[in-house]
Amino acid sequence: MGYYLVRRVLYGFLILLGVNLATFFLFFTVNTPDDMARLNIGGKHVNQEVIDKWKSERGYDKPLYLNEKKQGVEQITDTMFWERSVSLFTLHFGRADSESAGDIGHEVSTRMWVSLQLALPLFILQVIASTAFALQLVMFRNTRLDFWGVVACVVMLSISSLFYIIVGQFMFSRVLKLAPISGYVSGLDVVKFLLLPIGLSLLARLGAEARLYRAMFLEESNKDYVRTARAKGLAETWVLVRHVLRNALIPIITSAGGYLPYVFLGSLVFENFFGLPGLGAYAIEAITKQDFAIVRTMVFVGAVLYIATNILIDVAYTWVDPRVRLT
Amino acid sequence: MPKIVLLWTDVAVWLLVAGLVYYAFVVRRNPDLRATWRKVFRDSAPLASSVILVAFLVVTMLDSVHFRSLLPPAPGVQGGAAAYDTRTRSVLDVVLRGLVGSREATYSRPLAYVGFTKESLVVDGAMKRVAPRLIYGGAELTDPARQWAGDVASRAGIGLAGGLLFAVVLSALLVAWVARGERMGWRATAAGIAHDAYPVRWRTAILTIVAFCILGGPVAALMNHYHVLGTDLTGNDVLLQALKSIRTAFVIGTLATMATLPVAVTLGIMAGYFRGWVDEVIQYLYTMVASIPNVLLIAACVLMVQVFLDKHPEMFETGVERADLKLFLLCAVLGLTNWAGLCRLLRGETLKLRSLDYVQAANAFGISSARIMVRHIFPNVAHLMLIVTVLDFSSLILYEAVLSYVGVGVDPSMNSFGGMINLARSEMSRDPVVWWSFAAAFGFMVTLVLAANLFHDGVRDAFDPRARVFRPRRIVAAPTMRELV
Repeated sequence: MGYYLVRRVLYGFLILLGVNLATFFLFFTVNTPDDMARLNIGGKHVNQEVIDKWKSERGYDKPLYLNEKKQGVEQITDTMFWERSVSLFTLHFGRADSESAGDIGHEVSTRMWVSLQLALPLFILQVIASTAFALQLVMFRNTRLDFWGVVACVVMLSISSLFYIIVGQFMFSRVLKLAPISGYVSGLDVVKFLLLPIGLSLLARLGAEARLYRAMFLEESNKDYVRTARAKGLAETWVLVRHVLRNALIPIITSAGGYLPYVFLGSLVFENFFGLPGLGAYAIEAITKQDFAIVRTMVFVGAVLYIATNILIDVAYTWVDPRVRLT
Repeated sequence: MPKIVLLWTDVAVWLLVAGLVYYAFVVRRNPDLRATWRKVFRDSAPLASSVILVAFLVVTMLDSVHFRSLLPPAPGVQGGAAAYDTRTRSVLDVVLRGLVGSREATYSRPLAYVGFTKESLVVDGAMKRVAPRLIYGGAELTDPARQWAGDVASRAGIGLAGGLLFAVVLSALLVAWVARGERMGWRATAAGIAHDAYPVRWRTAILTIVAFCILGGPVAALMNHYHVLGTDLTGNDVLLQALKSIRTAFVIGTLATMATLPVAVTLGIMAGYFRGWVDEVIQYLYTMVASIPNVLLIAACVLMVQVFLDKHPEMFETGVERADLKLFLLCAVLGLTNWAGLCRLLRGETLKLRSLDYVQAANAFGISSARIMVRHIFPNVAHLMLIVTVLDFSSLILYEAVLSYVGVGVDPSMNSFGGMINLARSEMSRDPVVWWSFAAAFGFMVTLVLAANLFHDGVRDAFDPRARVFRPRRIVAAPTMRELV
């Protein structure tokens, strides 16, 4: 187990190196710092002087991969690639490209908690709600209830999450006035701001998740051990909860675990719509302001989270299923 | 002669249509494939949804022939180069020229004859706040308050009759086609379809066509006299926008999935077949791509595309061509960021296949690796490709809306469901609410995505028997329990 973890972490580090190289290539070679400066300064009075000043302020004025003016190791270390990579891996994200935005590291560390407040309850409720709904359908399989339940799932997953948000905001905030339209406060009062986004997000994903879980439960419930349990005269509820649910946990963990990186990254659209100052809203702001430094950082943070959660999922397997050994 | 404008996505759409026709031809020749596709259409949901998808495809095809019309020569100028219109139009624009030309001042409700917002006008010599008459919507009415209901009803009635007539003609053609295939008389076939006696459920197809025509007939009859779905902020007809958005959605759904295929298939099969270091490298590549949050990667790439387009203005002549190139590149970006899942799937399947006897036998005969992969492995993983492609189609259409909202979607000048929803956000917070634009986008998008999802379910059930989820069968003429007792 220990050996396995070390190997996985090392491989994750290797992947991160690749991500770093790929994003650097995308952001600095495909379009040069000059283009970035032009895009960011905008307006008509863009001349080389202004561009050079903008670049030196942000440290974008060094050679990209290889500094031919220097000697020895400095040929590699005194370049943009080296500096940017080292600062990312040591979690010093530096300043944003645009004038108004401040230090990225500070923003990320404060906004992270806001995202977590929205996403962690959402993640837990999501798994519970989808499992409960799917178990309900399996309980009544081959009946009308099951059929229409699946129809409802397919219809629900065919609706864009934007519709849920717009209609939900309209219904609950404007017509019924049950929840504030958007905003955020610190402290316990935040609950009333989080209630609506969590509820709507739950609804938006329920169709796809419940249908998937239902298929998993059905596959499991056709196996021999389930038949044995039924033959023993066990009540259907107990068959489902004790036997089917426990054995279907592995695929559920895989599918739910896929959402984990986004738990930390926050939901881009939901945070933006409901005015929650989380990481997702930060990313959208960066994209609309065309701030490449922030986007690059978010890509890196996202990749780190993805790799970390994948290792977590694998460890969770051994906990759920003793047959799985990690070597 | 108008000047035909060949846009990038047009070429792609027509290549795709050609590919579909070729595939249909292959299916006809191959009995196995034909049997599987028959299985798809044995359920009513995939059949009904494929009728709807075909209707949407027709709209897309009409909207994919672009041209710039020849302007009449300026007076007094003899000979010289022919001058072309600066606007690029499509065949769909010509079909719907009534809608394109009837631009109002601002918002108006569906089927309205007056504007949505009130203005200060002089009525009978006094200043009053009234809603002004629309320029085009219900323009023929002399006394709108009294005539409006009758006029709308009579036009809708005529449209309904026309729609039904059209449905009857289409159904008759379908019955004739089935009759030819079954080598039966026309009447016997019609009776068979009415009793749903064929394995392919033609009755459902006919019912779908009828439903479609009942909806479409009145709309077609009314649309040149009223704004059936109202107008938006700048007075453009919402129905026109929704119809034009279909092409954008279709192009994104198909092109972006097509773009994933070459990379995913080649790498996936190679990784599974060669194993060893090739496998390691490919696994590393797709893990890397998968570990980057998708939206951010796409956003980053689209920002690059933006810079690229700004730097190369010589690549396009008109705004339409620029928007189109952006759409094309967006599809490419979506494809290049989306291949990891399919690649992983194909690798796993190939790993399984390569240890099977027939591949071993081919190996023993000394057939080259490339040939084995193309002739023996690819046909046996093609069904996975098909299933994933159909699934991605619907998810990408949903994705486009989110991307447009984030600001990295299609060009704002191009009609798209994402753009419509984006505008609807502010419209829904007005008082009174402007709901029709949102409702139109919702209706069209849900229809399209739902149809694609149901179609996907049918394809998956038929092509991948292992993934079939248990479902109650339709039992024909089986005795019920009570009769047995």
